[in-house]
This record gives sequence, C-alpha cells and structure tokens, in this order.
Amino acid sequence: MPVSILKQRHYLIASVQSALTDTEVLELRDALLAELAKHRSRGIIIDVAALDVIDSFVSRSLTTVARTGTLRGARTVIVGIQPEVAVAMSHFGLGLEAVDTALDLEAGIELLDR
Amino acid sequence: MSEEIRVTVAADADTVVARQKGRELALRLGFTRTDATFIATAISEIGRNIWTHAGEGEIVLCGLSEDGREGIIVIARDKGPGIADVDAVMRDQLSSDKGLGMGLWGARKLMDEVTIVSERGKGTTVTMKKWRGFAFDEVRQLLGEGGAEQRAPRLGLRIDVSNVAEALEQLEDTPRR
Repeated sequence: MPVSILKQRHYLIASVQSALTDTEVLELRDALLAELAKHRSRGIIIDVAALDVIDSFVSRSLTTVARTGTLRGARTVIVGIQPEVAVAMSHFGLGLEAVDTALDLEAGIELLDR
Repeated sequence: MSEEIRVTVAADADTVVARQKGRELALRLGFTRTDATFIATAISEIGRNIWTHAGEGEIVLCGLSEDGREGIIVIARDKGPGIADVDAVMRDQLSSDKGLGMGLWGARKLMDEVTIVSERGKGTTVTMKKWRGFAFDEVRQLLGEGGAEQRAPRLGLRIDVSNVAEALEQLEDTPRR
C-alpha cells in the first residue's frame, strides 16, 4: 500500500504517496482503524496531497474513518486536498461529513492540538 | 478524431490507469488542470461501474472536434448485465449514496454531456463529452482592452458585466461554441 502510517504523540499520521486503487483505499481505512485501536490515538491526520482524484468511493471511505474515529474518541483531519480536487468535489457535491480539513500537515496538527 | 487511447478495465488498478491517461490527454488537448481533474474523476466513477457490475470492459479516450468546439470524449463499454431502467438507477442515487447511480450521477455533474445506452443482458455504453473552455490568453486576446459587453456577443456569449475581470471569470467556465 503506497501509504505510510506514523504514530506521533497521541496522533496517527497517514501520508498517501501516490494515486490509490479502491483496494488500497480500503486497506488504508482498515489499517488506520486497526492502528487507532492499538495506540488509543486521539487524532488521525490523513495527508491526501498525492491523491489525483477524490471521488465518491474515496470520500465515503474517508468519512467512514472519521465517523468510526469519532465513536472511539478520535478526531480526523484531512490535509492537503489539491485545489483542483477540491473544486471537482464541490462540483460533484461530495462533502466530507464529520471530517475536519486543514491546508497542510502543520495546520492539521495545530487543529488537533487546540 | 485525434489519437485514440484504449484501456481494458477488469480491476480497480485499471481505472487508475484510465483516469491518469484521461488526465494526460485532457491536458494535451488544452484543458485546464481543474477540468482535467473533473474528467479524471468522472472516469474513476464510470470505470468502477465497469469492474464492479460487469467484470470487464474498456474505456476509450479521444480528442473531439465538433462545430468549431474542441473537447474530449470518453466511452466506457461493457458486455455486462446491463441496466434495466437507467432512470430508476439515477433516482436511486437520491436515497442511497452507493452503487451504480452514484457514479453516473457524479459523471453527469462533472462532464458536459453524458449519454447512457444499456440493454438487459447485452451491456452498457456510457458516452461522456466535455468541451474545452476558452484559455485565459485566448479570452484576453478576443476581448482586448475593455469593451467586453460589445465583443462578447461576437463570441456567442451573453455577458452583462462592467469589467473585464468578471467577464474573464465567466468565460473561463463557458464551453466553447
């Protein structure tokens, strides 16, 4: 899976390295939820700057991570959505329910620290 | 028709290839990065419908030139079970955000024209077109210094704005006619 997941303090930081197939998106979702349970993390940051496309499937999977995280007391922040991808998502009508967003990793950590 | 790109779609990785090739072609055809992302996203949705519902099919990408307009055409074909009632599938999307309808519905939002031909037991063909908007430089050249209201009708556009900046903004989203 072209995603690295690091644990930093109480947070999990997932960095997507390239475009993902649907299978890899599901692997990311499951890996994050497993790590969340293991480390009792309080926040998840997913850096999607390398994602070429955020379509209905990706957006649904990210929302699932965030919702499940909320039930376990963790907050999810998506960072680095490319401007073009953001425009396509809004045109499509795809929102990220229950998910916070921030410009980049630093802003994401700041948001969780608050 | 310009060069034709064919991608066989039988798994999720194939749709990634198809959408990347779609983006590359769109950029080569002069689409903006945003429009290229719209096209890639629509291909991603439609490609998923192929391998999840039909198992296998293909996506054909090609440049398009019609009535003085430039664009891209994306054809997604499969010989799968077909859709009995396309309208019903589209309606279902309203109550559920999963499955076949979501992809087709999304594609309609992202592309200029989407036609779906499907026959039970024979397969489905989704044809999507998107027209290239005016490039920024092209618009600036056509509008010149001011006088947007006078010049716009010549481009087949109705524009009621008092400044060029606003006109440019509107034109960027206007398909070429």
